[in-house]
Amino acid sequence: MITEALIVSAILFAIGVVGVLTRRNAIILFMCAELMLNAVNLSFVAFSRLHGVTGHVFVIMVMTVAAAEAALGLAIVIAIYRHFGTVDLSNLRTLRG
Amino acid sequence: MNAFYQFQFYFFSLLAIASALLFVTRKNPVPAALWLVNVMFALAGLYVMLDAPFVGTIQVLVYAGAIMVTFVFVVMLLNLGKTEISDIRSLGSRLGSGFVGLGLLANLLLALRQRIDVPEFSPPTDNVVEPVAALLFTDYLVAFELTSLVLLVAVIGAVLLAKKRVTA
Repeated sequence: MITEALIVSAILFAIGVVGVLTRRNAIILFMCAELMLNAVNLSFVAFSRLHGVTGHVFVIMVMTVAAAEAALGLAIVIAIYRHFGTVDLSNLRTLRG
Repeated sequence: MNAFYQFQFYFFSLLAIASALLFVTRKNPVPAALWLVNVMFALAGLYVMLDAPFVGTIQVLVYAGAIMVTFVFVVMLLNLGKTEISDIRSLGSRLGSGFVGLGLLANLLLALRQRIDVPEFSPPTDNVVEPVAALLFTDYLVAFELTSLVLLVAVIGAVLLAKKRVTA
């Protein structure tokens, strides 16, 4: 079942990448990043069937970092909303030449 | 490999993929977040089936519980629930990113051409937390302590960034 789990993981990761590339809503972009992190976690768990529980430890670390990333990212989204009045990333043109 | 196990495995896999597809195609952030919660529940099921019931539990508690609630809370706070204009990019850019996604998927699948030999699925025992904890608090103790620092920095940063008046 490891191969099947890895295929599911690859598909989920690709869906997350396509989401990041096609959406402009900052919150949905962050959710796509969470989807990609989840796909990687699935790979870790699948491989830990072969190589022992070290993979589970890594998954716990990834979840912690994901929580920190979500907290910071959403705070940035709130700051962006206060400044620009929108979370649509195509309206953020300050750095565009 | 018994048939019931196999059926459950494919069921959760298809549920995860279908929910992920629905998640990226919703234009309203609230249904998108709920479909993502569905993906995470399906993944928790897959974790349990891959001999990781403890990770599955944390997945439900931390991801589906805490992190997604934060997302939905921000959507509510910024009142983004009723968007009329779609934020999905134009057709050309959608085709381009679909191409990129398929290319990436093909690459990843090429990397696992040969099947990996699997140890048989063992039914869960009582002792699911101890092996993880033993590793986490011995070999990976430094990393574990560093994650607490990461969380502290993130909390302080989030409070500073989301404060009413940013004087930076």
